[in-house]
Amino acid sequence: MLKTFAKGGVHPPENKFSANRPIEVLSLPAKVTIPVSQHIGAPATIVVSKGDKVKVGQLIAQGAGFVSANIHSSVSGTVESIEPVLDSSGYKRPAITIAVEGDEWEPTIDRSPELKRHIDADAQTIIKKIAEAGIVGLGGATFPSHVKLSVPAGKKADVLIINGVECEPYLTSDHRLMLEKGHELMVGIQLLMRALNVDKALVGIENNKPDAIKYLSEIAKEYPGITAHALKVKYPQGGEKQLIKALINREVPSGGLPIDIGAVVHNVGTAYAVYEAVQKNKPLFERVVTVTGKNLPKPSNFLVRIGTPVSELIAAAGGLPDDTAKVVNGGPMMGKAVTDITVPVTKGTSGIIVFPAAESKRKAESVCIRCAKCVSACPMGLEPYLLIRMSQRMMFDKMEHERVLDCMECGSCSFECPANLPLLDYIRLGKTEVNKIIRARKN
Amino acid sequence: MDSKLVVSPSPHVHSGESTRRLMFNVVLALMPAFAVSLYYFGIGALFVTLLSILSCVLFEYLIQKFILKVQPTITDGSAIVTGLLFAFNVPSNLPWYIVVTGSLFAIGVAKMSFGGLGSNPFNPALAARVFMLISFPVQMTSWPLPIESRLKYIDAVTGPTPLAILKEGLKKGDTISQIADQIPSHLQLFMGVMGGSLGEISALALLIGFAWLLYKKVITWRIPISIFATIFVFTGILWLINPEQNADPIFHLVTGGVMIGAIYMATDYVTSPMHPKGMLIFGLGIGLLTVIIRVWGAYPEGVSFAILIMNAFVPLINRYVKPKRFGEEVKRNG
Amino acid sequence: MNSIIITAVLVLSLLGVALAIVLYLVAQKFKVIEDPRIDLVEAVLPGANCGGCGYPGCRGFAEAFVKTDDIGSLFCPVGGNDTMAKAAEVLGQTVEAKDPMIAVVRCSGSPELRKRVVEYDGASSCKLATALYSGDTGCQYGCLGLGDCVAVCKFDAIHIDPVTLLPVVDEEKCTACGACVKACPKFIIELRKKGPKGKRIFVSCINKDKGGPARKACQVACIGCGKCVKVCPHDAITLENNLAYIDYNKCKLCRKCVEECPTGAILEINFPPRKQKVEGQAMNVESN
Repeated sequence: MLKTFAKGGVHPPENKFSANRPIEVLSLPAKVTIPVSQHIGAPATIVVSKGDKVKVGQLIAQGAGFVSANIHSSVSGTVESIEPVLDSSGYKRPAITIAVEGDEWEPTIDRSPELKRHIDADAQTIIKKIAEAGIVGLGGATFPSHVKLSVPAGKKADVLIINGVECEPYLTSDHRLMLEKGHELMVGIQLLMRALNVDKALVGIENNKPDAIKYLSEIAKEYPGITAHALKVKYPQGGEKQLIKALINREVPSGGLPIDIGAVVHNVGTAYAVYEAVQKNKPLFERVVTVTGKNLPKPSNFLVRIGTPVSELIAAAGGLPDDTAKVVNGGPMMGKAVTDITVPVTKGTSGIIVFPAAESKRKAESVCIRCAKCVSACPMGLEPYLLIRMSQRMMFDKMEHERVLDCMECGSCSFECPANLPLLDYIRLGKTEVNKIIRARKN
Repeated sequence: MDSKLVVSPSPHVHSGESTRRLMFNVVLALMPAFAVSLYYFGIGALFVTLLSILSCVLFEYLIQKFILKVQPTITDGSAIVTGLLFAFNVPSNLPWYIVVTGSLFAIGVAKMSFGGLGSNPFNPALAARVFMLISFPVQMTSWPLPIESRLKYIDAVTGPTPLAILKEGLKKGDTISQIADQIPSHLQLFMGVMGGSLGEISALALLIGFAWLLYKKVITWRIPISIFATIFVFTGILWLINPEQNADPIFHLVTGGVMIGAIYMATDYVTSPMHPKGMLIFGLGIGLLTVIIRVWGAYPEGVSFAILIMNAFVPLINRYVKPKRFGEEVKRNG
Repeated sequence: MNSIIITAVLVLSLLGVALAIVLYLVAQKFKVIEDPRIDLVEAVLPGANCGGCGYPGCRGFAEAFVKTDDIGSLFCPVGGNDTMAKAAEVLGQTVEAKDPMIAVVRCSGSPELRKRVVEYDGASSCKLATALYSGDTGCQYGCLGLGDCVAVCKFDAIHIDPVTLLPVVDEEKCTACGACVKACPKFIIELRKKGPKGKRIFVSCINKDKGGPARKACQVACIGCGKCVKVCPHDAITLENNLAYIDYNKCKLCRKCVEECPTGAILEINFPPRKQKVEGQAMNVESN
């Protein structure tokens, strides 16, 4: 019996079309657009100006404060403009547009392919380098990694959990990374262990990636303290709280953080970026992105420079199919539908999914038949059927009582609902309103 | 690509489950029991079932179209399920006008007057059955005998149900062993060779349907199993105390409406609790009430009443029995 | 037989008397002493409990009204000046009359004038859609047409026009309670002076983009050209962030700006039709 989390969860069709396609390096675009807010926290402050020449890996925007992240140029060339551009939700946000000229890297970056296993940095240096490199959670949450590694006073981490679950259907970027960069990943995990001063790291991988489990378990023997664990396939196992529950059977308290129970969770992509930042001096300016879809000619995994337009990725994967009606940035359960395919790839872009028209629109709603499928699907033990009613009736104070803020918006309830009710839509609305109420109370 | 991109909030995929498919699976799960019923009760069963389904669907359509003036939703299949279940809960020789009146009550009063599918507090089919039982006590309790009545409808040969035999016998002061020879064997009861409502007789056929519903994840095990367990334990204790005054637990499980009630009526989504723990409490209540009515009550059978009574407690159960939230225990301890 | 009747009558009478005493004592003990004027003020209020005054219901307003030193600072938008005068009378004071207001929808981007570029498929809530994305047109400021304003209106005074897909305020029914203003996540609706005989002029756009993108997204957008500012003889128009705004306290309804606006973003309402060549241009934005 494989381990998994106890409560709720669903099993959407996996559709991992690109699982067997090795990571390809995408050719450089003519122009990149790098938004200054690609992470949770304050937008970075721009430190270049129009007309400046920049190199690959050069700092172009400085993190503003502790919860923020540095942003580096992903290409070499000239800063063409510093103006708001459309982000994936259609709003205009400040960004730096750079016209690409050649591919000249900062000389400090070690571009050699050799594995550098020896770690000489101490905990403080590692965290400092991670902050300098602008690393954020690459699973999609984009929380600045150095913040997560700086354990607050009075708390102590005793275990590091590495998220190789990739529970979202379609996505395969983490899977490929584990298969192709296993040793680099392991060194990255060791760096994170040293930064946190823990001697145990567990890598959780869902059982639909047997090759990755086998490979990582094999090489983990060379790295003391690291073990790989197969988990039963169940969405949303990649959620921090669910993964901790599945691997070490501890429950993060409501409203709390994993560190409250001594755990820190990082994504495999993040661990790889940490290796590159600390051992190779390479800031985060490229990432692996899965480009996939049922009718896409060539579903692929690309190593992409941040700021590359999504349309270029789709073109490299065979071009947009004629029947496309929706393009999603991220996984199908939690990703965001984009309003325009020219939006840039950001640090949080784990995948681009192209949906045919037949699967793009929701089916007609009918009435709630109180089947309780949403209650059994909710991994947080909430009652979506009740929350949607409260939200529609604007009973937001009661929603707070029903712990709506515990919702992590995994979408399991909407996925299961036989009446096609927009459960999560209204729960989100409720969360926003409850947060407003709480803020008003504090003031 | 000429068409506009669609923007919608996540999730972007759906399980494909729909109300219609759930209802269809319930109908499918009832088919083995229907086949058994056709085999034992013949044309009477066929006629009553078809009439009941037809009138339920028709009444739903008419009420939605002409009284509520909304788009009729008969295609969701809930009226078919109600019609089927109502037919399964009445004798196969029930006159047509009682079937039609019952259907009208089920759809018009028990379902639509509360706001239609999703809002009715009581199971429509059961509410109709109980209402008819009170209104037409004679017709509703004349049970055709299996096989002999195959080619008959109103003129079917009738006889008492095993539960009625038991109740009468005990009332006269007989002991179980004295009554035993009038009652079919346990195996016969399990297969359905007894008088009773047209769909409730064969425990085997109903359990096959149960397996199908579990396999298709239409229902969970909680309500049926908790009812079975409660009835088994409660009647088991009574039987151990005095086997001459109380029938054995297996007898109680396979007779009357326990199977159909526990698997198909108590699990009705709309009228059962939303939370795992609540479902167990609900099942426990039904089990206890059923045995109490059967052993000490005036009626030989009590499943319908037990379910209806517990239906009334569902809002209360939903309010006070909450699912365990993630991270709750830890917070209390820490 | 008689004794039974007598006993029953006696018992019930005693019971009645005993309970009456209990009720009286309880009423005395839990008596709440309240300013009787609150009831009087509440009686003259409209009783809509809309919250437009900023207090929870008419009772809340009445309490505040009786307590406050400066009754001029409070206003019941639903009842208007008549109600306020009556309420002031209760306290033996007078209040200055205020100009009647009305909710104004500052967006004219019908599907014809403002092309839809994406399609929204989610719960029908402007608030939710705003959190998700900028809107189904190229204009990130414009109306989404999902009707949050319609849902909150207690007076049935605002409706989505089926052709323009924009909210239309019913002048007769609108009480200027401001509920729609608060509900609109795009801040499109504004309370403005209703004007003499309902005549009013306003910029029906809140797009802060530069002229080019604004015009590209919507034919009737304010492009921030500033022509209206120059032509206004009363200094009533200001231009900020590429957007013109007319101060309704300064506007003398001369309509010069309406004629000057190159995109027809300035609307005039309830004016008689013009005799010159520009007849109906501003009123009928579709013809632009």
